[in-house]
Amino acid sequence: MEKKLQPILEKLEKEFGTAVSEYRGDTSAVLPAEKIVAACQRLQDLGFELLSALTAVDYWPEEKPRFHVIYQFTSISLNLVLTLRVPVPGIKPSLPTISHIFRNANWRERELWDMFGIKFHGHPDLRRILMPADWEGHPLRKDYPLGYEEPQFTFNYEEINLRKPYAKE
Amino acid sequence: MTDIQEITVQDLKHLVSERAIQGETVLLNMGPQHPSTHGVLRLLLELDGEVVVSCIPDIGFLHTGIEKNMEAKTYAKAEVMSDRLDYMNTVGNNLAYSLAVEKLVDLDVPARAQSIRVILTELQRFASHLVWLGTSALDLAAMSMFLYCFREREYILDVMEMCSGQRMMTTYIRPGGLWRDVPVEFEAAVRDILKKFPKRIDEYEALLTRNPLMLDRTYGIGKLTGEECLNFGVTGPMLRASGIAWDLRKDRPYCGYEQYDFKVPTRTEGDVYARYLVRLEEMRQALKIVQQALDKMPLGPVRSQNRKYVPPPRSEIGVSMEALIHHFKLWTEGYSAPKGAIYSAVESPRGELGVYLESDGGPKPYRIHWRTPSFDNLQSLPAMSKGVLVADLVAIIGSVDIVLGDVDR
Amino acid sequence: MGIEQKLGNLGVATTTLEQAVAWSRTNAMWPMLFGLACCAIEMMSAQAAHYDMSRFGMELMRPSPRQSDLMIVAGRVTRKMAPVLRRLYDQMPEPKWVISMGDCASCGGVFNNYAIVQGVDEVVPVDVYVAGCPPRPEALIHGVLRLYEKVQSMKFAEVKS
Repeated sequence: MEKKLQPILEKLEKEFGTAVSEYRGDTSAVLPAEKIVAACQRLQDLGFELLSALTAVDYWPEEKPRFHVIYQFTSISLNLVLTLRVPVPGIKPSLPTISHIFRNANWRERELWDMFGIKFHGHPDLRRILMPADWEGHPLRKDYPLGYEEPQFTFNYEEINLRKPYAKE
Repeated sequence: MTDIQEITVQDLKHLVSERAIQGETVLLNMGPQHPSTHGVLRLLLELDGEVVVSCIPDIGFLHTGIEKNMEAKTYAKAEVMSDRLDYMNTVGNNLAYSLAVEKLVDLDVPARAQSIRVILTELQRFASHLVWLGTSALDLAAMSMFLYCFREREYILDVMEMCSGQRMMTTYIRPGGLWRDVPVEFEAAVRDILKKFPKRIDEYEALLTRNPLMLDRTYGIGKLTGEECLNFGVTGPMLRASGIAWDLRKDRPYCGYEQYDFKVPTRTEGDVYARYLVRLEEMRQALKIVQQALDKMPLGPVRSQNRKYVPPPRSEIGVSMEALIHHFKLWTEGYSAPKGAIYSAVESPRGELGVYLESDGGPKPYRIHWRTPSFDNLQSLPAMSKGVLVADLVAIIGSVDIVLGDVDR
Repeated sequence: MGIEQKLGNLGVATTTLEQAVAWSRTNAMWPMLFGLACCAIEMMSAQAAHYDMSRFGMELMRPSPRQSDLMIVAGRVTRKMAPVLRRLYDQMPEPKWVISMGDCASCGGVFNNYAIVQGVDEVVPVDVYVAGCPPRPEALIHGVLRLYEKVQSMKFAEVKS
């Protein structure tokens, strides 16, 4: 673990009760959902100016927690990186927004709503961003099918030809 | 297949200004098919005459579902899809994926492979900046730049084809090293490039840098300060043109970049002209890095010897039983990564390209997320384009250097 | 036979109406700019100086569908983009042709999932398929020349009005 990160982690642990772990040189801290806005504001004051990534993982069929939302911060002045993980339950998943602190969280949270169905309270403009506006379902969840279509080889050429929806003029 | 939807002003009430609802300003669709949007980007412009009052980007027309598709394939097969994300920086995408997998499974890479990786990545950076220069100059109606830049690109694509057989989607950089060693003509071809290209960059500078038309169209347009850039999550040449010298190759080095001596160009104005100058200087620095890497290239193997993850050479399969078993296991089942999650980032020509890779102990990536730079860079477009003319908006979009495969994944 | 001997040096050529129409169509076929993804870069390379497509009549790419007669679908078509593609195809005036460039436009390519239309022939009728990921500029030019052969062998009555 990098030496400059140590005092910051101690502050986080004292104020928010995080659990710190390390894997292959990456440090990550787990904290509960209601404290995330205060923690992000505190990290921005401590020198982490850049929100590098905001993504989520789906652990279906495990229900508690079903999602982990991951915040990746980079500090340019101190040359450090830090990960925060927030567990989110599967029934009506929701989190408070941080788009007023880091403005690139705006589209990233829209992407999480689109792909996972995690709602963000206080987000100014929560609508679908990557899929069409009337799409149903949240594609990156583990219980959403891939949409795999059977490839057409020579042995099944005729039968797939019959049911493939070719365009009319 | 969904139908085209009619959107009224009421749906977008919260995004446009008051005047649109009263009907004073016009909502114009700069649609997905447009010559200046560099791909399938849709912009909803609220116009007061020729002046843009607000600009709402609508993305997702190239969303390919790569992240979900990679979860269904083994680690070796998923790399093929990583080329097609940011299709201007295909070698860089392969490098980002390989570094992430190597970090997750703790795999070593020999020194010769590191230097060849650096050479190819810097050549790819040069090629990506050439396409940027050609297309954004084409938007400003400098048509000969387009032809010059694509002429230069052919030399670099010849080198890629010589190494891997493919011009663009090479999949040459794999976890553990490279696919195979470079052929004997590689060094001569790269030295030829290093001899010819500096004069060509001087030609471009002579055409554009002090051209009064270029200065009129780009100087002072689309300014962003350093703090605004960081707040928007903007990285790459846009951030460096606004004054903050953050380059992952220098500050968090990977792949042996600490041994090479190069400058990170920075300017303070933060407008379209500053970004043009920063990228032009980056092209020269890329050639400098290639020169040093080529001179210092050591001899040795190009693949790791760890047979659990890297297949053995074909000649060994006939004589060694372990090699045959390793080959069989790698081709049928694929290698499994230990349980855990990492984040690893490289510097692509557009900014910070990060990979978040999580594994549950199986042969397929459980969750892979690509932090692509153009997604965040594009978010700053509405803020940069308040009060500019539509023609200036075209210049600003060119300077952001978006690649829609990067934005939509 | 007789009239050519008499007209001989006057600089008059005789041909059939279909041949004349096919000659005029193929000598200046203007493609519509429809580059979507990676194949668009190879299409731009084919247009640039090294593999020049202007030799075959495609001097420039028209962004407006009303002024073009060939649509080269270069790149992957997503389900969000498919209705836009159909609308642009409907806006092109007859006679029109479609080249599906690359694997993703022909059959879905590497991507077999929820977001990509598995072959653009589910949306528009295609005349020539060019395979490759991305196809080399020479492959695209070969596809264009095959389209010219197809146009030259088209009878007048076949063209829909």
